[in-house]
Amino acid sequence: MNMIQTEKLIFEYEKRDEEGSVIGTSRAIDQVDIDVKEGQFIAILGHNGSGKSTLAKHMNAILVPTEGTMWVDGRNTKDPEELWNVRQSAGMVFQNPDNQIIGTVVEEDVGFGPENLGVPTDEIWQRVEESLKAVGMISYRHHSPNKLSGGQKQRVAIAGVVAMEPKCIVLDEPTAMLDPAGRKEVLKTVKRLREKKNVTVILITHYMEEVIDADKIYVMDHGHVVMQGTPREIFSRVEELKGYRLDVPQAALLADELRKRGLSVPEGILRKEELVDYLCQLD
Amino acid sequence: MSIRLEHLNYIYSPGTAYEKHALKDINLTIPHGEFVGIIGHTGSGKSTLIQHLNGLIRASSGKIYYNEEDIYQEGYHMKELRSQVGLVFQYPEHQLFEIDVMTDVCFGPKNQGLSDEECKERALEALRLVGLKEKYYSMSPFELSGGQKRRAAIAGVLAMKPKVLVLDEPTAGLDPKGRDDILEQIAYLHKQTDMTVILVSHSMEDIARFADRIIVMNHGEVMFNDEPKKVFAHFKELEKVGLAAPQVTYIMHDLKEHGLAVNTDVTTVEEAADEIMRILETRK
Repeated sequence: MNMIQTEKLIFEYEKRDEEGSVIGTSRAIDQVDIDVKEGQFIAILGHNGSGKSTLAKHMNAILVPTEGTMWVDGRNTKDPEELWNVRQSAGMVFQNPDNQIIGTVVEEDVGFGPENLGVPTDEIWQRVEESLKAVGMISYRHHSPNKLSGGQKQRVAIAGVVAMEPKCIVLDEPTAMLDPAGRKEVLKTVKRLREKKNVTVILITHYMEEVIDADKIYVMDHGHVVMQGTPREIFSRVEELKGYRLDVPQAALLADELRKRGLSVPEGILRKEELVDYLCQLD
Repeated sequence: MSIRLEHLNYIYSPGTAYEKHALKDINLTIPHGEFVGIIGHTGSGKSTLIQHLNGLIRASSGKIYYNEEDIYQEGYHMKELRSQVGLVFQYPEHQLFEIDVMTDVCFGPKNQGLSDEECKERALEALRLVGLKEKYYSMSPFELSGGQKRRAAIAGVLAMKPKVLVLDEPTAGLDPKGRDDILEQIAYLHKQTDMTVILVSHSMEDIARFADRIIVMNHGEVMFNDEPKKVFAHFKELEKVGLAAPQVTYIMHDLKEHGLAVNTDVTTVEEAADEIMRILETRK
């Protein structure tokens, strides 16, 4: 079954004047069709303002379509009866951890989600412990979140979502504010969740290196899906990507530079290992 | 307009349970006109450090000399320092507040006591420098895209004509093109105006491309302070403190391990391509 599915999804923001009456609309998402199978790792790329985040906000019904439909785990997000089920199926992690943490102690913050779901107290503690272990933050359980570093806060925010045991996690630029180690930790955490719990992952990012392992990449521009395919397919179209204000991983960029200098490097190189292997077998 | 820090220490919430020694005995000199990169794990003290540079935070002990003048001496003109050392915070677009872009950018120079005309002149120049098109000047800052908002916010600092521009992660959250645009714009400014630029970033690739020198912070101390090639040669130590080398540096190390005798002190994609071609040529 499809974890996330949309059919001709359209979303329009209303523009209002000072009195609050609608003076026009702007279309943030235009006729988008995507489908994500259970357990898949999907990446969404696109420049600032391309509609990625608006799309992500549909995945747990923060926004509902103006036209068209979005199904999450088979539930129509427009159906008010299903709202809480939708939100439990798909958890969101945002860019700025400071906007997502509400507890005064790490473990309380992580427990907030399951508590709201009505999970029995014993089980809440069990989930809190397990989630904090999964993100490598168990030794900070009694700390105050506002004294943590950005990377640590983000891992706590992820733990908070994991504790709700969603089938699908939507991460909207979770690493934008983090240092290299923080980025690595968050990605490792996400990978582990996929392997251990078969969680479906939707990752929105501006770091091309982070999506090399994705099952599928969607590229958005002006509210449309303009490219879709495997990382290898997408990243071999360097010029097209640059036209959408995007980039390619550094190994692919280096391969491209070498090609410009006359070396016939094969297309589709993404990882540094692949480039190293190719260059070393040249002699 | 050099900046010199001597035995600088800063302690947050001293005497309470939350006491934290955020900066420990920092000694640094930043000569006029340099492009300096500051890297460090989150919580390493980078942001605390740069907030000292224009007197927003007062050191617990130690001295700061701006242009060889002690900024903590009695009667020092702190307001003047703040207009000379311009600080662009993280997510500066959150500080936009005026009714239109032009008025927002005028806010800084207006507070410096300049006439309306001068303010407007400064604002126009700054907006041109950051590459924001004229059609946006009369729009509400909130109608702009993320990258445009950020440019407008940076223009607001540039309009004060700082001698030193300090930017705290100016490209966080921007798309790759927006990232390149802003950094290239800053590099251009640096060349055009011989302004000192201090850039805090988590992108090793960006720092490698633009900085003359890198200061590495770790747990409130200066760990390295050297040119990029030398700093990134310590990539194993950098990894231990939450950092890394640019991706290409790793590729070069791998190539060397696999028997291709390349120089590994390469930090940008172009340098790497040149170096690989050089080695392949010699093999023919």
